[in-house]
Amino acid sequence: MATDVFINYKFSGKVKDGQAFVERIISERRMNRLPRDVNVFHDPRTGNVYVETSRGRAVRPLVVVKEGKSTLTKRHAEQLIKNEISWSDLVKQGIVEYLDSSEEENAYVAFFEKDLTPEHTHLEVSPVDIVGVATGLVPFGNHNQGARLLQGSKNQKQGIGFYAANFSVRMDMDTNLLHYPQVPIVSTILHDLAQYDKHPSGQNVMVAIMSFQGFNMEDAIILNQGSVDRGLARSHYFKPMIAEELRYSGGLLDEIGTPDKDVKGYKSERDYRFLEDDGIIFPEATVHEGDVVIGKTSPPRFLNSMDEYNLATSSRRESSMSMAHGQEGTVDMVYLTENAEGNKLIQVRLREQRIPEMGDKFTSRHAQKGVVSLIVPEVDVPFTSTGIKPDIIFSPHGIPSRMTVGHLLELLGGKVGALGGRYIDGTLFQEENEKDMRQELLSYGFKENGTETMYNGTTGEEYKVQIYVGPMYYLRLKHQVRNKVHSRARGPIQLLTRQPTEGRLKEGGLRLGEMEKDTFVAHGASLLLKERFDSDRTILPISEEAGITAVHDTRRDKYFCPVNGENADISNIEMSYAFKLILDEFKSLCIYPKLELKSKY
Amino acid sequence: MEQLIKEYADLLPQSVIQDIVDNVPSGTSSAKIKKIFEKINEEYRFALVDPGQSVGVISAESIGEPSTQMTLDTFHFAGVSEVNVTTGLPRVIEILDGRKNISTSSMEIFLVSPYSEGKDITKIASQIRETTLKTFIKEIDINISNTTLQVTLNSKSVEDAGVNKKKLIKLLEKSIKGYGVTEADDILTIKPTKEGDINELYKLKEIIKDVYVHGIKGMKQVVPVNRDGEHVLVTSGSNMKEVFKLEFVDTQRTTTNDVFEIENFLGIEAARAAVINEIMKVFEGQGISIDVRHILLVADTMSMSGHVLGINRYGIVKEKPSVLARASFETPIKHLISAAITGERDYLNSVIENVMLNQPVPSGTGLPGLVTGGIMNPDHHHAAKKAKK
Repeated sequence: MATDVFINYKFSGKVKDGQAFVERIISERRMNRLPRDVNVFHDPRTGNVYVETSRGRAVRPLVVVKEGKSTLTKRHAEQLIKNEISWSDLVKQGIVEYLDSSEEENAYVAFFEKDLTPEHTHLEVSPVDIVGVATGLVPFGNHNQGARLLQGSKNQKQGIGFYAANFSVRMDMDTNLLHYPQVPIVSTILHDLAQYDKHPSGQNVMVAIMSFQGFNMEDAIILNQGSVDRGLARSHYFKPMIAEELRYSGGLLDEIGTPDKDVKGYKSERDYRFLEDDGIIFPEATVHEGDVVIGKTSPPRFLNSMDEYNLATSSRRESSMSMAHGQEGTVDMVYLTENAEGNKLIQVRLREQRIPEMGDKFTSRHAQKGVVSLIVPEVDVPFTSTGIKPDIIFSPHGIPSRMTVGHLLELLGGKVGALGGRYIDGTLFQEENEKDMRQELLSYGFKENGTETMYNGTTGEEYKVQIYVGPMYYLRLKHQVRNKVHSRARGPIQLLTRQPTEGRLKEGGLRLGEMEKDTFVAHGASLLLKERFDSDRTILPISEEAGITAVHDTRRDKYFCPVNGENADISNIEMSYAFKLILDEFKSLCIYPKLELKSKY
Repeated sequence: MEQLIKEYADLLPQSVIQDIVDNVPSGTSSAKIKKIFEKINEEYRFALVDPGQSVGVISAESIGEPSTQMTLDTFHFAGVSEVNVTTGLPRVIEILDGRKNISTSSMEIFLVSPYSEGKDITKIASQIRETTLKTFIKEIDINISNTTLQVTLNSKSVEDAGVNKKKLIKLLEKSIKGYGVTEADDILTIKPTKEGDINELYKLKEIIKDVYVHGIKGMKQVVPVNRDGEHVLVTSGSNMKEVFKLEFVDTQRTTTNDVFEIENFLGIEAARAAVINEIMKVFEGQGISIDVRHILLVADTMSMSGHVLGINRYGIVKEKPSVLARASFETPIKHLISAAITGERDYLNSVIENVMLNQPVPSGTGLPGLVTGGIMNPDHHHAAKKAKK
């Protein structure tokens, strides 16, 4: 019986023998007579053949296997090393081909060459190939749970490190630069391929897996004050401040320079103290909240006919770039240039040293992220018999439920590597053997399981358990408390709603949202709830008869109703300003929101 | 004892008193019985909901919290072999939404003796299962050259099922009126109405597969299951009305998971019970315990109007008396406009309106008013103001 053939999921005809047709397409493609990105799928369920040529499909390379033998031979490999042939030659020769997700369904792919049987159709180019570049950077990743592996690679992307060699002349937005970055002792082949040694983003630190006065529960980690003092995970934070001399209609122009005292919105002399004659701050000035970095004045927003005869300077407004709420730093570089429109552009880069502190985020490469909860004075840090004090104390409770065995293996590998003075290969599926590493560790005079006897730093007593301790590669993540700490008691409110502003930069409040409101209701804490929502409370005069807002003439201290005039009964009613707004909105829509007043008691 | 029962008749519910009567061993001293009654009364008073308690919010939170847990760590489908039933959060949402068409309807058909012991179980199952023409078709081929559809019947399966072939063809002709069907050696040839229209044939191919032959409509799968020695039929698809007509079905226990169908067939009280059972089944299936009273409240609210209403803007939210409350939950403009047209009045009786106005909500500590013995003039502050003027 005939087989239906679909090209790009459109029925286009029939062939006598579906299997033969599929084989023909594949062999033609391998002989380079069809484009390499034509894929064909023989659906075993319906018997239909689907030929795919459309764009946007993800394809991946696999080595073709014939009769249980890889077509990629030693000779090819030698030629590749000698640069006699290239990857594209292999593709042209049909040794490597690209499969899409549907053709993959028909393929039987072997992981290693030694596993090949006559049934196999393909061989992985490398077992690491099943993960991406970032995931391949997780050592011993094949010992981790899949979800953790993915998270681990995501965490690594947030690690701060040596992001660019020309950082000193760059003007990036919000960047972090790690001091003394290191190459991991336990690395993978992808570290070599990605030239990780040129842009590392972490440090090899001593990790003890133990609890410490309960301070490292719930994923918290503990740092050694001594290590921090010696520069552990220290970094710099860079942030630019940018000002432009904008052009306005009517030939008016912004002006960079120290504003005159008669400018509208003039701050105070003290705020401008760092500005030099050109109105720009000098390098190495240490600035704090409120200090002006770039002085600037702008022309007035609205010009009336009178102003045009006046001197322009008198009505200019202040529009300097100044340090926002809670910000500080040192001016690192001042850069004068012009933008695409030819306007004067000033960029000032601020720098701030960031010493690890409580609340900063750290992670290993196995999705074992944690926040610093305590920095212990070095004298109190537990120590081993050889006097090693851990830099980080990590809680063992993070291990069992997350099943990140790679985390443990990395520690073991790190210990062997550090003692043996070599790098350990932790590449997925071709990692160094755990047993061999244990034996090697034994030969260095350590316990083969990686544990050591440790002593209480405070009392000097020996701990009754053996502690798993060794070097691991840790990353400092870009989430730092310094950029996030925030509190508010009183503060600015929004103009329209009279509710508190939102966000840290605007010194805003934290919203008590709908679900939070529900918890108050569930407790029956009705009056407390009202108090929490009092932030936009207003007292409004209401005309009793008309049921709408009345007017209070403060000059004469008299109330009058827009409907019934001065003789109306008027009561002062407390309500939220937001509700007053919606009443106003109703009125603007010609809906009459009539309030009926009665005594609550 | 009799004396005590009479005394507590107004204080405790009948069922609680009955429980005491049933469980207190005979020969217990009357002083002891009195103590038991007192203690139980005390416990009962303690368990009562206080006036002004926000039972709705508490129920919502009590159901909502485990539900969010459920999204994370459970499977959303479960069932025996071919009968797959939606469970987990999607199922809870489906029930609470009061959906008319649920994603996987399923029946549990209990049988009367001797069928419940397994007599003719496969025969009964095949009698209930909806059989379509697909079962009897070996192959459907589209002949492109002369644009006809060729349906090859599987004569063996036709015979096995004891179906008349002539009748089968008649059924086919009836359901695809206007097409010429010719028969020759188990091969039915169908011509399209328009000459050379292959697309039409493709659509026809699917229609032919689904032509109804016999069984109960909607019963896609019927699987006999042995439950502690009793044979029960679990189905995919639901049709209570037709199933109840069969004489071997135990109509007392047979049930469906389609709440809407129960409402139509058995009435609102049965539907309310079905809502409770179905929700409890999902949570119990995941090993999550929720106090049934939370579900009872939800089910009562849903069935209050006489029809099962979903907890959404088309259902119970529509029934809320307050304009502001309705407007605060989805599609505000619609509600405000209709309120403006009809001149609706909002009495500010529930929570959300009072939050909007920044007034104490009338629940918990905000509910009770102050009752004084003295004379109080409700207009006193007006009078005072007038005097000031």
